[in-house]
Formats: sequence, structure tokens, C-alpha cells
Amino acid sequence: MPASLAPVLAYHGATRRYGATTALDRLELTVRPGELFALLGPNGAGKTTALALGLGLADPDEGSVQLFGQSPHALAARREVGVMLQSAGLPDTLKVGELLAQTRAAYARPLAVADCARMAGIEALMSRRYGRLSGGEQRRVQFALAVCGRPRLLFLDEPTVGLDVEARGLMWQAIRALVADGCALILTTHYLEEAEALADRVGVLVHGRLVACGSVAQIRARVAQKRIRCTSVLAAETIAAWPQVGSASRDGRYLEIVTAAAEPVVRQLLAADPGVGELEVHRAGLAEAFVEITRAAA
Amino acid sequence: MSIVIAVPAAAPTAPAPRLLRCYALEAWHEFLRLLRTPMFALPTLLFPAMFYVLFASLTSGSAGGRIDPAVYMLAGYTVFGVMAPGMFGFGVSVAIDRDSGWLQWRRASPLPPAAYLVAKLAMAIVFAALVYLTMAAAAVIVGGVRMPWSDWAALALVASVGVVPFCAIGLFIGSWCRGQAAPAIVNLIYLPMAFLSGLWLPLMLLPAFLREAAPVWPSYHLVQLAYAATAQPYAGSLLGHVVVLAGVTALFLLLAWRRLARA
Repeated sequence: MPASLAPVLAYHGATRRYGATTALDRLELTVRPGELFALLGPNGAGKTTALALGLGLADPDEGSVQLFGQSPHALAARREVGVMLQSAGLPDTLKVGELLAQTRAAYARPLAVADCARMAGIEALMSRRYGRLSGGEQRRVQFALAVCGRPRLLFLDEPTVGLDVEARGLMWQAIRALVADGCALILTTHYLEEAEALADRVGVLVHGRLVACGSVAQIRARVAQKRIRCTSVLAAETIAAWPQVGSASRDGRYLEIVTAAAEPVVRQLLAADPGVGELEVHRAGLAEAFVEITRAAA
Repeated sequence: MSIVIAVPAAAPTAPAPRLLRCYALEAWHEFLRLLRTPMFALPTLLFPAMFYVLFASLTSGSAGGRIDPAVYMLAGYTVFGVMAPGMFGFGVSVAIDRDSGWLQWRRASPLPPAAYLVAKLAMAIVFAALVYLTMAAAAVIVGGVRMPWSDWAALALVASVGVVPFCAIGLFIGSWCRGQAAPAIVNLIYLPMAFLSGLWLPLMLLPAFLREAAPVWPSYHLVQLAYAATAQPYAGSLLGHVVVLAGVTALFLLLAWRRLARA
């Protein structure tokens, strides 16, 4: 990616307060064209506030936010953007097809209706009233509205909450196709596997501060812990007393050992029990990294 | 040799969509929303004519002087009917759209912000015109009203333009209160205002202090215009009433705008 590619979304020291609480604290972040950025964090960490600033729904108290190099309030900037909010209540009495027609009309080069419907899996819902749809169906309609204008940047706030496994898979597939077409994406999610499966870059927000930001591999590397799993006749208590072992426990016929130094522990393990079998060593996943980073930041 | 490709700092923005289509679709959808909410549409259209029929049959006979009771009440109940699409149409639906997050979603989307208000305004005018037609039918059939075409046309104009200040009041109410509370709050303002400006009973039947306070209410000024349109006696100057109504519109629009910009 050439360094000169202008960011589609840029936060410079963006701070937002609600009363005495600082919802977002000096956020520095840029999202570049075609990049999929996932914002992770516990509830109330400021994820939704960060999106609200990017969309111009709220203004930063300090610092600045630029959308396509312009103010997020500019209509021209918003024409490049698609959005799916957690709190979006679309008019209950309008039919899905009508909502789609109205939203498409606001974009200069919208996708064909059939393409949007297929992408979001709402072909069968077009003549139904929005208010009579299930929660998951409504999320899919919101996704269709978000993508119908061929946006160059998509804001997705917890897009797959309330979706079943199949619908989530369909949305992931659509998101990958959009990114392959050069659309940038900023999404917030609770599901770490979602970030792990989709994101180029991940940021972790805790108490309004971006405490970690990088590729999934970089974030994961911040956690030194590794997990050893094997079958062995040794008692977990014995191993727990070894140097460099964080913890050891038994899970059925398997031993689970957590350690920062896998190699010496494995060496000692093989020496102590020549019958060790099914040996696996795992680096911590994004989930462990996330837990450790948020704990350290809290 | 290397070739440097310059990437423009800001990507070229997309051409503007066809705005007229946005506005037309939005107005059409607003109409569909109302049509699919018969709890709003039916009472708005039928109550004024129903009241008129009830009261006109009670007060038959001539009051003497220049007042023709059937025409006088036609003017009063038409104004009463015209207030509703403005106050309820804006007050309740804006409050609901704000609660549900629809307004927030719109602000994040490229839908033109003004299309929302223009669509609601257009529907309020359509409903005011329909109220006028039902009232006219009731007046002709039950009240036996016969007026020159010019008077009918003047009343139609008063009805369809007269809804605008009440739209502004409704917008202001909708920008402040929650969706569930909105119908009650609108009724609390709408019904007393209608009564106190003499739309139900002629002002001369009210106590003196209420009669003197009547010019406080915007509906008082609109009904004077309706009296003038139908050749009934009216108070004050016509230009004065128009100025007051325009001022009410501007004031409440401004207050609502400031509130909605922050919400």
C-alpha cells in the first residue's frame, strides 16, 4: 500500500466527554482505502462514540476528525459512506423495498436492487414491512441499506449481533467481497473471532483510550503466554510447582500448562514422562491477548 | 527509472444524486406511512366534520346580524381540523422518529436533511386539504351552506397554507418530548387552544378574560382569516393576523432547529 494513499478516516487527538466521563481520550487513528479496521473493547469503552465522531453525529471536544479529508458533516463526504448503527430504528410501516429505494436514491451510483438484496440475503423480505421482521432480519436490511450506495467506507457498529450462524457467515462473505473491491471498513465488535477472521488491523479501546493497535498477529504477539496440551501420567500439581510454569490443570485425560517459556517446560516434561502424547503448543489467540491487554489497561 | 504515480490527496467526490427523486420518494413514503397508520389518518379526517355536524344541528336558526352560524362554524371547525395534521403529524411523528434512532441514522446517511421536513410538510398540506374537503361536504350537505366559489377558494387557501404555523409548533413539540408522551402533550395543547380561540363555541359566549386573552393563541389569528374568507365578521386587521402567523412559524422553526441540531 503506497504511503501517500490519503486516509478515508482520520482521528487526530479526538477527545469527547459526556459530563465528567471522558468517552474518548485523544484518539489517534487513520483508516486507509481498502482497509478493514476492527475496534474492540469492553462495553462502554468508547467504540460507539468513536464511530459517532467519524459520522459527524457528535463533535470532538478537542482534536479533529476528518472523513475523506473533509468535515464529517459534509454531505459530499457522507455520500461515500455506508452505515449500520446499533440504535437504528427504521420506519416500521415502510416495506423493505421502499426503504432500499429511498436510500439508494441518495447515492449517485447505487448498486442494483437485486445485487443489494442478494448480498444481504433479503430477497424474500422485499415486500414485508420493516416493523414485522425479526431482529436478525432487520439487521440484514440495515446491512443492505449500508452497502446499497457502493460506499468507499463502511461504518458497522456490532453488525452481527443477533444474527444466527448462517446469516453471520453470509455477512462475513459480503464484507470480504466489499473489501476485495476496495471498500474500507471500520467495525466494532464483541466477537473476537469476527475481528480475527476479517480484520487487517485491530485497535483495542479501554476507558476511551486506544491501548493497542496493530495487525492481529502484532496484537497477539503482545501476549507472551503459550498453552501446552498433552496426555501424561504426571500430576498437574507436580508440574505447577516447576519453574516458569504459570499454571497447570487437568482436563479429562489432557494436561493443560500455561507458560511464558514453552521450550524449557516441554523439555522438562519429556524428560519427566517419556510417555507424553498428543503434544500441542499454542500461542495465545486474540481472545487471550484482548483479555490481557484490557486487564493491564484497567 | 522509476515512475511516480501521484495519488490525489482527496479522492474526487461522487457526482450528486438526483435530488428531486429523493424528495419525491420521501414525500410518497411519508404518505404511505400515514396511510398505513389509520389510527392517525381517520380521526384527523373525520373528527372535525363529525363535530361540525353535531354542533351545527344543535345551533340551527339564525343568530341575527351578519353572522351565518352554519358558515361561521364551518370556518371554525375547518381551522380546528387543519391544526391537527400540523401538530400531530409533526409533533408525534418527529418524537417517534427521534426516539427510534431514525433521525440519527438519517444524519449519518446521505439522505438530504431537508427532504425529511419537506415530505412531512407536503403531507400536512395534503391532509389539511382533505380536511377542508370533508368539512365542505358536511357544510353543504348537513349545514345547507351555499357560498360563492370565490369564498370556497379563499377558505381552501386559508386551510392549506394555514397548516404551516401548526407544523412549526408540532415540530417544536416533537423535538422536545418522547414519542410515547407526544400524543398526550399535543392534545393538552391542541384542545385547549382550539377552545380558547373560539373554534368550538363563539368567543362571545366565553367569559370576558378568556375572550380578551384569545389573541395569544395562533389559532385565533388563523380563524379570523377563515372568517374573512367566508364573509363573516372578523376582528383585527388581516395583515396583522398574517404577520402573527408568520412570526409564530419562524419562532418555533428556530427553536426546533436549535433543539434538533443538538439532539
